[in-house]
Amino acid sequence: MDEGLKNELQKQGVFTTTLEGVYNWGRKNSVWPLQFGLACCAIEMIAASMARYDLARFGAEVFRPSPRQADLMIVAGTVTKKMCPQVVRLYNQMPEPKYVIAMGSCAISGGPFKQGYNVLKGIDRYIPVDVHIPGCPPRPEALLHAFMTLQKKIDEQSLTGANRPRHLNADAPSEFPVPKFGEHDLEPPNNPAVWQAPTLVRV
Amino acid sequence: MTAEYSPYLFIIVLMVAAVGFALAPLALAWLWAKFYSPRKPGHDKNAIYECGLESKGDAWIQFKAEYYLYGIMFLIFDVETIFLLPFAVAFTGLSAGAFIAMMVFILLLVEGLVWAWTKGILTWK
Repeated sequence: MDEGLKNELQKQGVFTTTLEGVYNWGRKNSVWPLQFGLACCAIEMIAASMARYDLARFGAEVFRPSPRQADLMIVAGTVTKKMCPQVVRLYNQMPEPKYVIAMGSCAISGGPFKQGYNVLKGIDRYIPVDVHIPGCPPRPEALLHAFMTLQKKIDEQSLTGANRPRHLNADAPSEFPVPKFGEHDLEPPNNPAVWQAPTLVRV
Repeated sequence: MTAEYSPYLFIIVLMVAAVGFALAPLALAWLWAKFYSPRKPGHDKNAIYECGLESKGDAWIQFKAEYYLYGIMFLIFDVETIFLLPFAVAFTGLSAGAFIAMMVFILLLVEGLVWAWTKGILTWK
């Protein structure tokens, strides 16, 4: 609908909307996160959900203990290589549409433990991450900001076309391959469909 | 000539309306799900366990319930004691028939004890 006509109608007291608008409005205001924390970032996540920072204002206070009922995975903390298959499997068990916030330096890159032999260098190597939050750990306000960014992202998704959410795209996979424990590293070391190692260019 | 008036007609109309009222939201939800939340099942999503770990082994394992052995042993020793005490008290005044009946009863219990003994239940493991 034309934005100018919409405004004109609104001045006359007639409110119009689209199916897409109502759909996304409902979706973005009822995102239920999965209740799980991996390290110290989880403490900040808990603080964000409590009364002082109050994630409930965004309709996301319902932390679900089961992946079957969750829409959002907040990867809060260091993902060790031992934990990685479980995280990917939990992500696979979540129903569509599902979103991921990688919270903290560890979840986005390995953080201070990046050199560790047992630490995954970012969960985005295996599952598609929608919002990255830097910080060690990020303050609850940062998580709120990430959440608002995610809401904006959900709001911009259309029902049809290239920008449609993944669950409406029949070709998009709902499950991502779970890595196995190899001799020295996880196998495969990353999901090539989601993440590729950046090519280093020497100047 | 007036049309025939049936009071049950209203009940039928109301019943149809009530069933429709209940079924319409379900149908709408089904239609919505068909277009806007298509099913995408998979191996992990259909898994039973929700902890991130894969379930191992079979859930239909069998436990060996051996309580009946304790029941039989209890019956042999406890019931025997209960009946042996009045038997001993009234022993001198018993008739031959009562004596034989009691002997048969004890024999039955002793058979059970012999069975248990040969089965190896009395051996402490």
